[in-house]
Amino acid sequence: MRREAFWRDPAILVYPAIAFLVIGFVIPLTWFFVATLSEIGGPSAILGQVVSIASSRAVVSALITTNWIALLVTALTLLAGYPIAYYLSTGNRLRFTLVLFCIVVPYFTSVIVRTYSWMVLLGRNGVINQALLSLGVIDAPLPLLYNKLGVVIGMTYVLLPYMILTLYAAMKAIDPSYMRAGLALGASRTYAFRRIYLPLSAHGAISGSLIVFILAIGFFITPALMGGPSDVMIAMLIERSVEIMLDWQGAAIMSLLLLALTLVLFAIYYRVTDVRRMMGA
Amino acid sequence: MNQGVRPSSAGGAIDLRGVTKLYGGLRVVDDISLSIRPGEFFSLLGPSGSGKTTTLMMVAGFADVDRGAVDVDGVDVADLPPQKRGFGMVFQNYAIFPHLNVFENVAFPLRARHRPEPEIREKVNRALDLVQLGSFASRFARQLSGGQQQRVAIARAIVFEPRLVLMDEPLGALDKNLRYDMQVEIKEIQRRLGMTVVYVTHDQEEAMNMSDRIAILNRGRVEQVGAPAEVYERPQNAFVARFLGEANLLAGTVSAQAADCAVLRVGEHSFRARLAAPIETGQPASLFVRPERVLLEAEAGTDEAWNHVGGEVRRASFLGNIVRYLVQVGPSLAMRIDAQNAGPAPFAVGARVFLKWAVADSLLLVE
Repeated sequence: MRREAFWRDPAILVYPAIAFLVIGFVIPLTWFFVATLSEIGGPSAILGQVVSIASSRAVVSALITTNWIALLVTALTLLAGYPIAYYLSTGNRLRFTLVLFCIVVPYFTSVIVRTYSWMVLLGRNGVINQALLSLGVIDAPLPLLYNKLGVVIGMTYVLLPYMILTLYAAMKAIDPSYMRAGLALGASRTYAFRRIYLPLSAHGAISGSLIVFILAIGFFITPALMGGPSDVMIAMLIERSVEIMLDWQGAAIMSLLLLALTLVLFAIYYRVTDVRRMMGA
Repeated sequence: MNQGVRPSSAGGAIDLRGVTKLYGGLRVVDDISLSIRPGEFFSLLGPSGSGKTTTLMMVAGFADVDRGAVDVDGVDVADLPPQKRGFGMVFQNYAIFPHLNVFENVAFPLRARHRPEPEIREKVNRALDLVQLGSFASRFARQLSGGQQQRVAIARAIVFEPRLVLMDEPLGALDKNLRYDMQVEIKEIQRRLGMTVVYVTHDQEEAMNMSDRIAILNRGRVEQVGAPAEVYERPQNAFVARFLGEANLLAGTVSAQAADCAVLRVGEHSFRARLAAPIETGQPASLFVRPERVLLEAEAGTDEAWNHVGGEVRRASFLGNIVRYLVQVGPSLAMRIDAQNAGPAPFAVGARVFLKWAVADSLLLVE
C-alpha cells in the first residue's frame, strides 16, 4: 500500500533533479567549505579569519564595485526592459514570437561569444568608434571598453532577457479589463497607467530586479573580459584567489560572503513572489 | 432613504443612427437604429454573436463605429475616447482593481477627476451605503463574494453621478438566486437615481424583470423593440417568439383571412389567429401561442372565441408551481402546455385531453 502511494506521488518527478543538484552541487560545495575552513581551526579562529578577510581592502573594494555595477545594471535592465515587456504583453502572437525570438535566440550562443561580439563593437577600433569617427561626431575614439562602462553595457545586454521575461509574465497576468475599466471610469491614459498598471506590474519589476541583481553580483566572464584593472568584482577576486594565489581559505570565505548576500536577496525575492500569490494575481 | 447619490442631472438620451460594425467584411452590427430615452432602463437582449456587446462597446467608445453615428444628448460622440465620454460602466468580470481596497476602487472615478478629498469621502460613503457595502470599505476584492464584488462595481460606476451607465452582462457570473436579488437591487438603484442604463444580457428573464424597454438583437440586427410585456405577448416574428420564453409555433398555410384575423391550415386542423402584419392567403405562416395560454380540459369545448383541438398527453413534467405537458395533437404535431399547479389532479401520460386557447392569444407570424 505505502509503496504504491510513493510511486503515485507526482513529487517523484522532482527527485531526479534534486538528486542531481545534491550530488553535483550541494555536496561538493559543502565539502569545499568544510575542508578549507576546518584547516583554519575552531569557530573563533574561523570567525577571526572571516572578519579579517571581509575587512581587507581588496575585498571591501571588490564588494563596493560589485554592488555598484550590479545596481547600475539592474536599473538599466529595468529601464530598457519595462517598455519592451509592455510591448510584448500587449501584442498579438506574431509580434510576441518575433520579439521573443530576437531576445532568446542569442542565448543559445555562449556568453563568451556574445561578450567578444560586444568587444568588437565597443573596442578602440571597434565598429561604433569607427562609425562615429568617420561621421565626424568625435575626434578621438571613445573609451567604451576595459572600463566600468564596458562592463555595464555587456552585463546589461546579457541580463536583459531575465528582466524582460519576468516583467512579461507579470504583465501578461494583468487582466486588460482593469485598464479598460480605468478608462471607462474617466481616467486619462497616464492616470490609469500610474494608478493601475504600474502598481499591478510592480511585483514583476521587483522580482526581475532581484533576479538580475542576484545574477549580477556573481558575474564573472563579462567583467573579466570587458572591465579595466580597477573593475574587479567579487567573483573575479575569488577566481584569482583559487587560480593565482592558491589561497583556498580566502576563496572559501569570500564565496561564503557572496553566498550569504545572495541568500538574503533570495529570501527577499521569495517574500515578494509570496506577496504576489496573496494578491491573487 | 432619500440620501443616495444625487439623481443624475437630466440627460442620458442615446440615439443610435444606422450604426454598423464590420469585422473583416462580416457585419457584426448591421444598421442598428435605436432611441433610448433619458432615465430609461434599456436592455439589449440577444444570443451570443448577436452584436449586443459590440453595440455597447461602440456606445462606450471601445469600438469604432464603422458606419452611422452614436448621439448622446444630441451630440455625436464619435471623436470622444472612452475616458472623455463620462459614462459609468460595469463589466461582466467586475474588473475590481485588486491592489486597491473597496473604498479606493469606488473613489477611483472621483480621484481621476481630481475632486477634493472631503467630497470624495462623502460620495464614496454614500455610494457604498447605497449598495449596502458600508462596512466593507477597507476590504480587498479577494475578500469579497461575487455578489459583493458586483456591488462594488456598481458603486464605482454611479459614484460620479453619470447620466448614463453601461452594463455588460453584469450578473453573468452569479448563481441564479443571487441574480434575481441583484436584478431587483440594480433596478431599484437605477429608479432612485434616475439615470439611463443600457444593459446587455442574453438572459430573457433578466431583461424582462428589469427593463423599461428591450431591444431583441439577432445576427447584428434589431428584431423588435418594446416594453417587456409587449415583446413577450406580441412578438413580431418567430425568432423573437422563440427567444423570449417558451412558445408553440404551429407551421401551416393561410387559408382565409378577414380584417385582423386569419385562418391557418395546419395539417387536418384549422386555427384562427390575429395578424401581426398583413399577410397573403396561401402564404406559409406559423401560429404562435404561449404554453401558459393553452388550457387543458377533459371534455371538448365549442366556444367560438377559442381554438380547439384534441390530443393525447405524451409527457407531463412536474416543475413545482407549474406542470408542463407535451400533447400530441396530430401525426407530427405536438403542443406544449404550462398548467398552473392548482386545482384538480394533473392529467396522466396517455390521457385523452382537449386543448383550447383564445383566438386573441394567437398570433400569425411569418418566419
